[in-house]
Amino acid sequence: MAAPIETLPTPVAAGRPPRPPRARATDTDRRHRRGTARWFVLAAAVLVAVLMLVPFVIMVLNAFKAPADYSQNGPLSWPAEFYTEGLRSFWTRVNFPEKLVNSVWISGTVAVFGVTLSLLSAYALGVGRVKGRMWVVTLFLLANMLPQEVLVYPLFQMAQEVGLSNNQWSVIIIFTVIQAAFGTYLLSSVLGTFPRALLEAASLDGAGRWRTLWGVVFPVVRPTLSVLLIFFFIWTWNEFFIPLVMLTTNATQTIPVALASLQGDRMMDAPTTNAGALVSMVPAIIFFLIFQRTLTRGITAGAVK
Amino acid sequence: MTTVDRPRVRNRRSRDWLGYLPYLVPGLVAFTVVILIPFGMNIYYSLHKWKGGNAPLRWYGLGNYTDLLADEQFWTSFRNSVAMIVAMVLVPTVIGLLLATTLFDVLGKRFGPRVASVLRASYYLPQILPVAVAGVLWNWILNSQTGALNVLLREVGVTDPPNWLGSTSTALPTVMLVLIWIQIGYPVVIFMSALQRVDPELYEAAELDGAGWWHRFRAITIPQIKPETFVITLTCTVAALKVFGPIYVLTRGGPESSTLVPSYYSYLNFFDKSKVGYGAAIANVLTVLIIVVAVVIMVLQSRSARREEEGR
Repeated sequence: MAAPIETLPTPVAAGRPPRPPRARATDTDRRHRRGTARWFVLAAAVLVAVLMLVPFVIMVLNAFKAPADYSQNGPLSWPAEFYTEGLRSFWTRVNFPEKLVNSVWISGTVAVFGVTLSLLSAYALGVGRVKGRMWVVTLFLLANMLPQEVLVYPLFQMAQEVGLSNNQWSVIIIFTVIQAAFGTYLLSSVLGTFPRALLEAASLDGAGRWRTLWGVVFPVVRPTLSVLLIFFFIWTWNEFFIPLVMLTTNATQTIPVALASLQGDRMMDAPTTNAGALVSMVPAIIFFLIFQRTLTRGITAGAVK
Repeated sequence: MTTVDRPRVRNRRSRDWLGYLPYLVPGLVAFTVVILIPFGMNIYYSLHKWKGGNAPLRWYGLGNYTDLLADEQFWTSFRNSVAMIVAMVLVPTVIGLLLATTLFDVLGKRFGPRVASVLRASYYLPQILPVAVAGVLWNWILNSQTGALNVLLREVGVTDPPNWLGSTSTALPTVMLVLIWIQIGYPVVIFMSALQRVDPELYEAAELDGAGWWHRFRAITIPQIKPETFVITLTCTVAALKVFGPIYVLTRGGPESSTLVPSYYSYLNFFDKSKVGYGAAIANVLTVLIIVVAVVIMVLQSRSARREEEGR
């Protein structure tokens, strides 16, 4: 029974005769027969979703609890009162607005610089077909896979030498290059298929390479660039290792580093920990909700390329 | 106009690329300064004994590397990398594939796309959190005294609940569970979009031939989504070998290096033990391993793609 299917994996759509009406019938039959089974499947899928979401739910529940309430009634009770002291104490202790500004500033700058750098390099590799481009692209791709540990100590030293230690610019420069290595890889394959007719038309109109880039190529690939922009922003926002090493004082740290370095602080009772985690994830969640579509498109675009 | 332009256009064809070189310069310069030179320096450091900073560099040749061979912790860290691959590649990919096909085949079709996309979003949620935030959250949940899990266990009558992250026997499996929780959403999202790409006529034809769900899954789904499976395997394996954040936040490699991983071990040597050369050597070994694994996966991928094309 499986034999005929084994030969099917390649799309055969073109040559297939029109589907016989019987298919519809079996489909409805099946739906009737599986009337209860599908509810079990739904229940299982929902159960997995609940397991995934439980940590978030108990975090929110406990972020608004007084420490005494927590130790008395446990993690699953409804807060006895709407307690915001934990939230407030986390907010002031880590100077959250400052960390938020740091994170936005670093991630935003990296995203813009990274996309610009990717576009320039990918223009040369994809449109310009620079010789040896395969090597360059492979090199960039491998660089993106390097563990950051292999770069961190020399970069740490270099930052100190040029006066950028504990300076956000060190982190910005490093991530601009790391993200652009991936961006170049992705964009150059997109630009490799850029319609030649458009380029030739531009050159007949007397546009040089610079004007062609900004007047013809840029507008066409703008959707891809905005996906990259969002990705670079989020990746940089979530980065932990290099910011941890490079940003040594409170005033320069990003949200994840500030949150992690508060850990082990004995003043952090359970509700404050939860308030901290809650406040720290809010920007990520908001960003996710705004850009959910772009994100899903981006993840999958990255996968197929 | 056009007659004047034509020879120039033709001439451009051959050595046209030279004119594009300036656009590659910023990228290459930045790449050299931030990646190539530091990488070279790291190799140089790994050949020395060095406490870092202004301390003198002492030539040690391959000594750091041979020391690694006799270092029990080093081997432990790489053994734990295997556990990380299980937790970040193997289990999430299998579960992710099951969830994605369930969402796509059953729930999306019988309960509507909205149900499927809400479920998908809840699987994906942990992926968008900064890993440090996820780590802090789990660190509290799993705390032996004040953590939600053990408080709950005590309430239901378990008198002596395990010290999840604090005992050598449970720490590694517990970290693995947290990593699975973080990772699952990624394959789900990618596999779901892969399934959308598959021609539904294939399934219909198979169904007409009387193939059951399992047959269709094996003979159509798995081969059709092979490209995405390779991408997931590649990116997640590299991520698993590099994993640092969750370990730093959850256990710092402990207790007694039961959750030590190479990247954390190298960090420890750099910034804690002041053994910069040794840390550099660990990072270099890790790099070689990652590149070998990545190249092997890429070769397998292109070979499988080629075979598919020839089969056609």
